[in-house]
Amino acid sequence: MPDSTAPDQAEAIQAVPTDASPTDAVASAAGVSPKRSSTFSVTDRPGPAVLVLEDGRRFVGRRYGSEGQTLGEIVFATGMTGYQETLSDPSYAGQIVLMTAPHIGNTGMNDEDMESRQIWVAGFIVREPARIASNHRATRTLDDDLEANGVVGISGIDTRAITRHIRSKGAMKSGIFSGDLFGLSDSEQLERVLSGAAMRGRNLSFEVSTVEPFSIPAQGERIGSVAVLDLGVKTSTLTYLAERGFEVLVLPQSVTAEHVLSLKPSALFFSNGPGDPAASDAHVTLLQEVLRAGIPYFGICFGNQLLGRALGFRTYKLPFGHRGINQPVLDKTTGRVEITSQNHGFAVDMPIEGVHDSRAGFGRVEVSHYSLNDQVVEGIRCLDINAFSVQYHPEAASGPHDANHLFDRFRDVVLASQRGTAGETK
Amino acid sequence: MPKRDDINSVLVIGSGPIVIGQACEFDYSGTQACRVLREEGVRVILVNSNPATIMTDPDFADATYIEPITAEILETIIAKERPDAILPTLGGQTALNAAIQLHERGILQKYDVELIGASFDAINKGEDRMIFKQLVLDAGADVARSFIARTVEEAVRYAADLGYPLVVRPSFTMGGLGSGFAYTEVELRRIVTDGLHHSPTTEVLLEESILGWKEYELEMMRDTADNTVVVCSIENVDPVGVHTGDSITVAPALTLTDREFQHLRDISIDIIRAVGVDTGGCNIQFAINPADGRVIVIEMNPRVSRSSALASKATGFPIAKIAAKLAIGYRLDEIPNDITGVTPASFEPTLDYVVVKVPRFAFEKFPAADQRLTTTMKSVGEAMAIGRSFASALQKALRSLEKRGSSFHWGTETRTVDEMLAVAEIPTDGRIVTVQQALRRGATIDQVFAATKIDPWFLDQIVLINEIAEQVKAADRLDRDVMILAKDHGFSDAQIGELRGFGEADVRTVRHILGVRPVFKTVDTCAGEFPALTPYHYSSYDDETEVVASDRRKVVILGSGPNRIGQGVEFDYSCVHASFALSEAGYETIMINCNPETVSTDYDTSDRLYFEPLTLEDVLEVIYAESQSGELVGVVVQLGGQTALGLARGLEAAGIPILGTTPDAIDLAEERGLFSKILDNAGLLAPRNGTAIDFGGAVVVAEEIGYPVLVRPSYVLGGRGMEIVYDSPSLADYFTRMAGQGIIGAGHPLLVDRFLDDAIEIDVDAIYDGHELYIGGVMEHIEEAGIHSGDSSCTLPPVTLGRAEIDRVREATLGIARGIGVKGLLNVQFAIGAGVLYVLEANPRASRTVPFVAKALGITLAKAAALIMVGTTIAQLKADGKLPLIDGSRVPIESPVAVKEAVLPFNRFRTPEGLVVDSILGPEMRSTGEVMGIDRDFPRAFAKSQLAAYGGIPLSGTVFVSVSDRDKRAIILPMLRLQQLGYEITATIGTAEVLQRNGIRARVVTKFSEKKGEDDTSIVELIRREEIQIVINTPGGSTARADGYEIRAAAVAGDLPLFTTIAELSAAVASIDSIRDGFEVTSLQEYATARTALL
Repeated sequence: MPDSTAPDQAEAIQAVPTDASPTDAVASAAGVSPKRSSTFSVTDRPGPAVLVLEDGRRFVGRRYGSEGQTLGEIVFATGMTGYQETLSDPSYAGQIVLMTAPHIGNTGMNDEDMESRQIWVAGFIVREPARIASNHRATRTLDDDLEANGVVGISGIDTRAITRHIRSKGAMKSGIFSGDLFGLSDSEQLERVLSGAAMRGRNLSFEVSTVEPFSIPAQGERIGSVAVLDLGVKTSTLTYLAERGFEVLVLPQSVTAEHVLSLKPSALFFSNGPGDPAASDAHVTLLQEVLRAGIPYFGICFGNQLLGRALGFRTYKLPFGHRGINQPVLDKTTGRVEITSQNHGFAVDMPIEGVHDSRAGFGRVEVSHYSLNDQVVEGIRCLDINAFSVQYHPEAASGPHDANHLFDRFRDVVLASQRGTAGETK
Repeated sequence: MPKRDDINSVLVIGSGPIVIGQACEFDYSGTQACRVLREEGVRVILVNSNPATIMTDPDFADATYIEPITAEILETIIAKERPDAILPTLGGQTALNAAIQLHERGILQKYDVELIGASFDAINKGEDRMIFKQLVLDAGADVARSFIARTVEEAVRYAADLGYPLVVRPSFTMGGLGSGFAYTEVELRRIVTDGLHHSPTTEVLLEESILGWKEYELEMMRDTADNTVVVCSIENVDPVGVHTGDSITVAPALTLTDREFQHLRDISIDIIRAVGVDTGGCNIQFAINPADGRVIVIEMNPRVSRSSALASKATGFPIAKIAAKLAIGYRLDEIPNDITGVTPASFEPTLDYVVVKVPRFAFEKFPAADQRLTTTMKSVGEAMAIGRSFASALQKALRSLEKRGSSFHWGTETRTVDEMLAVAEIPTDGRIVTVQQALRRGATIDQVFAATKIDPWFLDQIVLINEIAEQVKAADRLDRDVMILAKDHGFSDAQIGELRGFGEADVRTVRHILGVRPVFKTVDTCAGEFPALTPYHYSSYDDETEVVASDRRKVVILGSGPNRIGQGVEFDYSCVHASFALSEAGYETIMINCNPETVSTDYDTSDRLYFEPLTLEDVLEVIYAESQSGELVGVVVQLGGQTALGLARGLEAAGIPILGTTPDAIDLAEERGLFSKILDNAGLLAPRNGTAIDFGGAVVVAEEIGYPVLVRPSYVLGGRGMEIVYDSPSLADYFTRMAGQGIIGAGHPLLVDRFLDDAIEIDVDAIYDGHELYIGGVMEHIEEAGIHSGDSSCTLPPVTLGRAEIDRVREATLGIARGIGVKGLLNVQFAIGAGVLYVLEANPRASRTVPFVAKALGITLAKAAALIMVGTTIAQLKADGKLPLIDGSRVPIESPVAVKEAVLPFNRFRTPEGLVVDSILGPEMRSTGEVMGIDRDFPRAFAKSQLAAYGGIPLSGTVFVSVSDRDKRAIILPMLRLQQLGYEITATIGTAEVLQRNGIRARVVTKFSEKKGEDDTSIVELIRREEIQIVINTPGGSTARADGYEIRAAAVAGDLPLFTTIAELSAAVASIDSIRDGFEVTSLQEYATARTALL
């Protein structure tokens, strides 16, 4: 295991109580005053909170969600819809997420839109939290869930100023302090922030992965099974795989290659997830072994970075990452632009033009997709083995469905490999 | 694919006059398109009949035709210019319909010219309701259940199936014209009759009611490679039932989950693909049932729309510009995003602020009109505001309306909650304030939702605003925390003052002492993810400001705010021109405006754009922010209409330099006593006049100066409450109608002027630099004095004034300019009656006719005035070639004649009983827009103006004439000529007798009031049966009033040419002869060349 269990770090992550149950929140919310938050009456405003950045910048606002302290890497997400999906996306584990859209919580929370079993963000920054939830599907308010999940947040601050700051200075360590901890001295708070682990070099897979394997039956005609390494997988991904006829075998991140191969899966899939891909050697090794066994592979996000590493390329940390649902990506195969959902702070280091040789011996590789905003690698494709991956999120949730066809592409690759037609993964 | 190399010239079709439902947003989009195409090296040929637009500036196209937008004229232009392609998607429904006609008449094929932006097929699929419905169903989406009806009886049969209420929508109309909800069979019959008439295909769609559902719009763009992006989502605060143009709307959508939003996005993409819009934009409207989330597609527009303009301003994504580039072949990923400079246009803007648009209505101009908001658009303008929260954006938007009572207040409210809920149940102008009051008085969100179906989230935000207000009121001290709390929720200094019981200025002083000032954020399309290059700002009470320091000399230009009757695109034209001229002269130009439809609020018109309300508070804060660096030379207030002028005093008091005519000088023109002195000194006459504060006083004054008199309340705009009164009983009637409006009384007296019967009215636009006067144009009204200058048609040059009269006008204008101390623009209205020149009024500011003068004579007064305001002289401007050497008072005889004609919105309004409102012209302005006809002589130019305004004068058919006694002499010659030209004549008995005694055959028809039973046919039935082609009816005494109304109403409902003055009739008769052989077209550039040759 990597060195990511520093005490403060553990505290940050454990700001999410391990036994948190969203269903408790539903019951309590539904029982009292459905869909209305009592936290934000003007006359009884929540107490102060402060956001402290590692460079000493401080922003004083109001407590939001749970009271206390949280530490994590501050990042901003620019989606105007989909806070519920964002909060429950395991890739955000260890991060304090700032929403650039000012009004958050308007449609409350419901049971269908959770992308995993709980909220994962280490902290939450919002300018204008909703006072009521208004949507026919809402079963509870957002702050019900934030409190139930112990998420420490802050509201009422100049989120745009912070976004611009991160944009120019890069993602950084940060902390939110409210309640008694708000009263700590500035230097004490800064010290706590600095003591937190940086995202670089951090392995968080074990925090978010399922402990027990489980499976989801194929929908419609079964075409085979896919072994999914849960590095922080989202519910939508599993649903889309099952919809394409895969029996989905979800495995804990700690499984061995032998175990994967023993399941005789038709294909392997690595999910998205939090942390630095450079700190996930075990997963890289596992992937290499399975690829050598000739099993088709599809990876998303973290799964793209791990494929890059398995093929022998480096990964690096982006200044402030891509987190939004409006990101244009060029699919070099079709020449078309897809508006994609993205959430990544690391990327594969590879020239976007030309065909390259895998230093790990997997033959020819090319960049299949890149970001039109900043030319970052957004997808890679092996030309000699059945493996491809994308850095962005074809499962969206939240975000546009432009890239959902990649699940079809994956199915077609697997079907082709079953028919014995090896070769390019078109 | 890069730019197509087979398109070297493009004909861009504009949208014609400003009408309700199609306003200056199409000037904005058309201007952007022309600019882009020229940048791409394409020869641009533009046709638009609206002279008030920026797009018809000769600088924006290679050949600019101010000509009527009809298939015949377009064919003439196409034959002359031979463009490779026509771009019809940026000129609203007018341009789209024109393109369809060109296709259907085979003109496109004949001249081998291609439609770009949208193919005929795509236009048809988007606009034909049955085809569209099928296409939506094929995309797996849902539509409201519906039937097409081609007759009223068919409609009644289908209604039995759908149940009442139901929606009626005619095909191929814009702004929801002719559509509405029918609650009963009687209403259904009326609306369908109307709708069938307005639909070019005589079809209406009957639809199940989705009243009260949530309403959304998605703005989409798609390129030839099938790359599709959603530029913006817009949510209507007012649910389905109120036209989007009349709704308060918000961007982005605020009450959708991602799942719901992505569902709308998926449907939109499927639809835009199926329709085949592959080089441009479109918008798609949805309704969502709040109870279960069922989604229905309402409609799509396969073109740039009013919402596109709003979406462009809301996001910073220039839809029209990008649409023009897509139309000539570019792909989205090949076009850079101007705002970031580094990212491509193939992305979806994301907002870190909230945009609220509120409509502005003009019901006070149409007192008889039904004020209920329906699916037929009735608003005449809109204001938009940007804030970091819905509460702040909403409050800023409401105060941007500049209308009393439009903002939230916490004063006395005498109505009970139940009364207010009952009022709020019916959507009307100002419903949001009633909702706020009801919530403040204890109505629950559930109750208000039940009454209005406004989403509870929005209602809660209004509750929040009320709670903040209570807190501000109850706070012990107005300390920094309370102040910030209030400002963060959009409270103005005036509102805070009201809550704390002191004045706005005092609040401002306290606020500044507390150090509470707004910062300015940037609209950047990307929520801060990338640095923005364009300084497009809005205020917020946040920490960090993004105004970049500059060491340049700055000029602030105040825009004209939301469009309203009397203050529209013409003022935006002047502001934009000033910005261009000052920028060229080396100044940094700073524009402040809140109207999303305009060119002035385009981020690349001025060096910096502040999208802010035009109130003293908001303007002062922008000026303060800009004063932190560089040198503020001053503020231009004389171009933005009454809005900007009204701020002059306050700005001056705050120590801000006002450029040009000083506020004191402005007062000289506005204040009656002072102005009389100026006239006396200059040896000029005004009509006899006096003032009164009640009926008794008014009668005395009126009898002393002699009837008829022109009465008007002081301190009103656009001739509000202005009427001509012929006798004392009418004066009493006037006071009865004005009672209770609080516009006449001590402190704001009624002005009573002798009305000059049969006088010729003259408008002069001029500039004065303190030494020299330069006349832009002398415009002669076609109607006699008494009709508001904005509603009357006029000619430039004057066609019946002699040289001596023009000289007198020139001298008088000079005297007034000198007397007032004008520095910049001056507009003077004169009347010549019985050989005497009277001065009616003078306004030391830009007038509505400034752009008309520029188009007719090529004299760009607004640009010149802006330079004069910063110290240039007329002599210098002439020397620099910025003004022609000879001014507009001397127009060579070889020059063309231009006629301006007003366009009136009468067919938009109905009384609560469903009748047309009265369409008689008077001293109160009611037109929404104007057209220009230009040709070698007056009759031809007049004919073009009529063609552009309402389709032209029929060249054969039956003329109905019924005139008041005082007009009977004047009609003999024109009617004789009409008979000679082959028209049949029908008249009411009195008029018919006069005609017959003068040897003119006239068939007698019963007056409506004298109709004997159901079987008798009165003139109204004849008009309804389409047996009449031209209506001539001048208003007479009160006995004839009712009949006159019925006649005019029927004519308006039937879209017939209607002449209510003899002067217009005579002009029309003169023009008929001249146009029998069709029209010739000449571009402004050709006129300019000819003009240069003359000099």
